[in-house]
Parts: sequence; C-alpha cells; structure tokens
Amino acid sequence: MSACKDEDPRISNIKTRIRVVPNFPKSGIMFQDITTLLLDPKAFKDTVDLFVERYKGKNISVVAGIEARGFIFGPPIALAIGAKFVPLRKPRKLPGEVISEEYVLEYGTDCLEMHIGAVEPGDCALVVDDLIATGGTLCAAMKLLERVGAEVVECACVIELPDLKGRERLNGKPLYILVESH
Amino acid sequence: MFAEENGLRGDPRLQAISEAIRVVPHFPKPGIMFQDITTLLLDHKAFKDTVDIFVDRYRDMDISVVAGVEARGFMFGPSIALAIGAKFVPLRKPRKLPEYGTDCLEMHVGAVQPGERALVIDDLVATGGTLSAAIRLLERVGAEVVECACVIGLPENKGERRLNGKPLYILVEPRELCC
Repeated sequence: MSACKDEDPRISNIKTRIRVVPNFPKSGIMFQDITTLLLDPKAFKDTVDLFVERYKGKNISVVAGIEARGFIFGPPIALAIGAKFVPLRKPRKLPGEVISEEYVLEYGTDCLEMHIGAVEPGDCALVVDDLIATGGTLCAAMKLLERVGAEVVECACVIELPDLKGRERLNGKPLYILVESH
Repeated sequence: MFAEENGLRGDPRLQAISEAIRVVPHFPKPGIMFQDITTLLLDHKAFKDTVDIFVDRYRDMDISVVAGVEARGFMFGPSIALAIGAKFVPLRKPRKLPEYGTDCLEMHVGAVQPGERALVIDDLVATGGTLSAAIRLLERVGAEVVECACVIGLPENKGERRLNGKPLYILVEPRELCC
C-alpha cells in the first residue's frame, strides 16, 4: 500500500524533492537521490510526519533502520513514536556481539548485522529504509528481527521501485511507501 | 567545551546519557575502548534528551545546515535539523554520493550555499581529524561553521579547545570499562 492513492497533499512536494541521477552507481541505473529531500526542511519534516502519523500509538517498540540512509529517517520516527532505534549495519561496523544475515545481490552476496540484545522476543518492529528495489535488503532485515523473536509489523520506505517487485520478497509482510518511481 | 562547563553542570540528563553508552574493549583493534552509542539509541528517554540538549543550544543560533558525518552522525543530525528547521547534509565516505568530492569526506555540490551557517555533528571526537575535514568541506563552499557538536569527547577538549578555529560542544566524556 502507498500513500499515493488518496494522495496526501504533502506527497507531491516530497516527490519533487527527490532527485533522479542517471547512470549511478553504474550505467542504466536511475538513482533515486533522497539527499535533495533532506535539503528542504518542510518536505523532510512532512516525510517523517507521514510515517509518525501512521505508526504512533500502534505499540511499535523498535524501529530498525538499514545502513546508511535508513539511519536518516529511522531515528526521528523512533523518537516521535517512543520506540528504540536499532541500526542494521554492514559487516564489522557494530562493535558488540552480532547476528548476521546474508542476502543476494545482483553479483554476489552481502550481509546485514544486528547487535545481540538490542531487540527482544515480543518486540514489535518497524523496518525503515529510504527505498525498496528488489527487496533483498529488507528481507534480510526482517529475518534478523524475526530470528530474535520480534514481530515485524511493517516495512516503511520513502520510495518504491515497483517494477523490481520487491514487495513480493517480504514474505507477506505489509509495505508502506510514500512515492513510487517507475 | 563540555555541556557541564556551559550551564548544564549537574544536569541529570547528562549522567543518564553517559550511563547509556556501552564500552566495548579492543574494538576495532586491541587497546581501543570503543564508545558504543547504539545502547543510547535503545534508551528512548536518554536518546531524546541527547537530541533535546543539542536542539536547545542551537535553535536560536540561526543555523541553516546540519552536516552529519557518516554513519553515526546520521543517527543524531537529522533529528536536530528537523527540530531547528535546518536542512540536513550527509557527509559521506568516498563514492557513496552521485557526485564525487576530493576529500576523504564527500559532500554534494550545491547542497550548501555561501553564507550559510552550519553545525557539524558526529557521535564522538577523538583526534578531530574527521571533524576538521568536515569543517574544510563546508568552508570550501563558503559556509560558516558555527560549531562542531559531539555526544562524546576526550577530556582534552575541556575549556576552549578549537578545531580549525571552530568551537566544539560535547555532552559527555568517554566511559571507562566498569569491573
């Protein structure tokens, strides 16, 4: 589901603030650059507010953000809804004991890690990233949380690339997005 | 300058923030007592207090840019930016941004305009090398760096120590490993 359908008036400004950079990081990719959104304080605030309005009062105890752009959106949401923030990081960045989840890239694999003890059984979790493409990273994030006994309530992203069908890799978990990009 | 030298002496929030930080010995290598702020992020009140202390300091300083150093600066900077109505600019390690910079930190061309007043934020200041690079990046595009803000700083930053002539504002000292 996305916020597009009965479109909130804040969405169109958010969409215009996202910059598309052709051929980055490689030829053929149209990169969705959210840094320009962050330069517009009202649009950035509206982005966070849309998520906060959706999740406040829903008993979410954990917001898990995916490195690194998930670290930009996740903490403000966590602070506003009273949840803890848990960073999900690339290998060897987190200093304490971690659990790891490998996931498939176009060429090869990568790995996401979470601190042991950060999330507890029964925690209700929201996963946040700036964008969902193939869904591989979000899927790995969800697995990390579920492995420690948390319940993933929803995945939330600013942007979806629906043509890459990432939504289908979320094992039936709902996805909430603000903007679609084709 | 530490927060407690500048009006917050005895503020109970500072002690709670300090106690929420975890020390991980010998990370990333032997001899380093790593100051892990991820445990602070798990303590909603302490995390909120951290952001609030910075917001209270900077909201009336006419700051239009909060520049956060990747990646732990991203965990604090955006919330501060949102609360004071500033834009957030990520300073990234090379090759993460669509346009390259020429420093060990990168910033988008055009993100910051000449004359803007900027705050630099990171989780911790040690030697100050990273923050110095951040200051230089911002000054190269004509911004004025008002201050550098960190949650944790080594005690040698007490008093009026400056980085590239810019003041530092720090909440707590590094924790020792207990027992």
